Amino acid sequence: MFSTNKQTVIFNNKPRIIGNFSIGGPLESKGPIKDYLHYKLEDDTLNESSFEKAERKLLEHIIFGAIDNANLQLDDIDALLGGDLLNQIISSSFAARKFGITFIGLYSACATMAESLALGACLVDRQVFKKVCCATASHFSSAERQYRFPLELGNQRPPTSQWTVTGGGASILSHEGKGPMITSATFGKVVDFGIKDVNNMGACMAPAAMDTITTHLQGTNSKVEDYDLIATGDLGKLGSEILVDLLERKGIKLGQNYSDCGNLIYNKREKVFMGGSGSGCSATVFNSYILHKLRNGDFKKVLLVATGALLSTTTTQQGDSIPGIAHAVCIEGGE
Amino acid sequence: MDSEKRNQNYNTYVEAKVPKTKFWQALLKAFVVGGLICCVGQLFYDLYAYWFPTLSEAQLGSAMLSTIIAITAILTGLGIFDWIGAFAGAGSVIPITGFANSIVSPSMEFKKEGIIFGICVKMFSIAGPVIVCGVVGSVLAGLIYLII
Repeated sequence: MFSTNKQTVIFNNKPRIIGNFSIGGPLESKGPIKDYLHYKLEDDTLNESSFEKAERKLLEHIIFGAIDNANLQLDDIDALLGGDLLNQIISSSFAARKFGITFIGLYSACATMAESLALGACLVDRQVFKKVCCATASHFSSAERQYRFPLELGNQRPPTSQWTVTGGGASILSHEGKGPMITSATFGKVVDFGIKDVNNMGACMAPAAMDTITTHLQGTNSKVEDYDLIATGDLGKLGSEILVDLLERKGIKLGQNYSDCGNLIYNKREKVFMGGSGSGCSATVFNSYILHKLRNGDFKKVLLVATGALLSTTTTQQGDSIPGIAHAVCIEGGE
Repeated sequence: MDSEKRNQNYNTYVEAKVPKTKFWQALLKAFVVGGLICCVGQLFYDLYAYWFPTLSEAQLGSAMLSTIIAITAILTGLGIFDWIGAFAGAGSVIPITGFANSIVSPSMEFKKEGIIFGICVKMFSIAGPVIVCGVVGSVLAGLIYLII
């Protein structure tokens, strides 16, 4: 394992993704990725008394599901890496309470899935740990409660707003075994282009995605055409268009192989406006659709660039602009 | 290029790219739904006047407003009012319905945090500023009235 530019890491031992699991909420289970989900929720409360508890339970199911999918027992997992959107990452840490294994709590807002994969790959590549579980989830109703308004408030959403995904996913990384390989990763910088509109997350995060993609391509000496899919996390329709523009100005042309998880997850534009968002967005799409296609050979090389807006309601109310971050992970199909 | 200039350019670029709210469509929806809510209010007002001829105009007004507030609270509880609000925008916010909804919805949402710290504390989290503005406004109006 070595770094080429203080951000990009190339993995010599190529950690494998030997198991994965994804759960989608009721709305996500009707979207274009429905056939790739491992489990579809019919009831987004999961029989819990609050949405925070539901999100926690969702994460527990995802982690158990991924361990099971890899044909392993809980004891085989050395560490759990994960995070979520709620304050003090309560969903992940409270879910980890149930497992009794090493827990490394992470937060990069909606970029947490890629962050956990990149960090997990570093740990496994160096054989600090033999097997780690990377898990992230989000819940529409708990996110609305924390960031926006009560669910039953009769307000209108602006056209640039996005829809927090109810769902999540987990991947099991291992130093040996069969499955897609993580070959390189780029940890992002915090980038802020001065956008203050909380209802326009795509515009806040697009510069961070641009920065990370440029750095990753330079650091790995690769071109856009080398990838079968370059998928950003949750830029949404508007954010993706901005990213295409920004990269074009830098001389990088994204083609047909570019997509955004926030655009892939829903098909009803009227209700979700610019598309999906939330830490569960890239986690769900990656652990269902993308890994499936990597396994069956449709994709040979994929760059997942999960994007996060690092705001809180306090910073917004105090008039701060919204910083963004993007972490990239390159996954290649393999036996 | 310094970062301030870069940010300024980026904000201008984003502003031009953002899809605009459909002004006339929003206006029409708000007008129709807001008008309908007012018609329902008038219906109750006339009904109460017919049923209870002894009530004064002020009493009839209060009875009608209470009815509309109760209906909104029930519709909010049933999860119907947020649809109306999302469709009509200001059409459902401006009448007393918007105020009732903004008190009932956080009360429901924060019930899990208990009666005191949940319902009582959060109840006015959205409607609170309206009440403060109302009180401050009436004090100012009173002062002006006193001086004149």
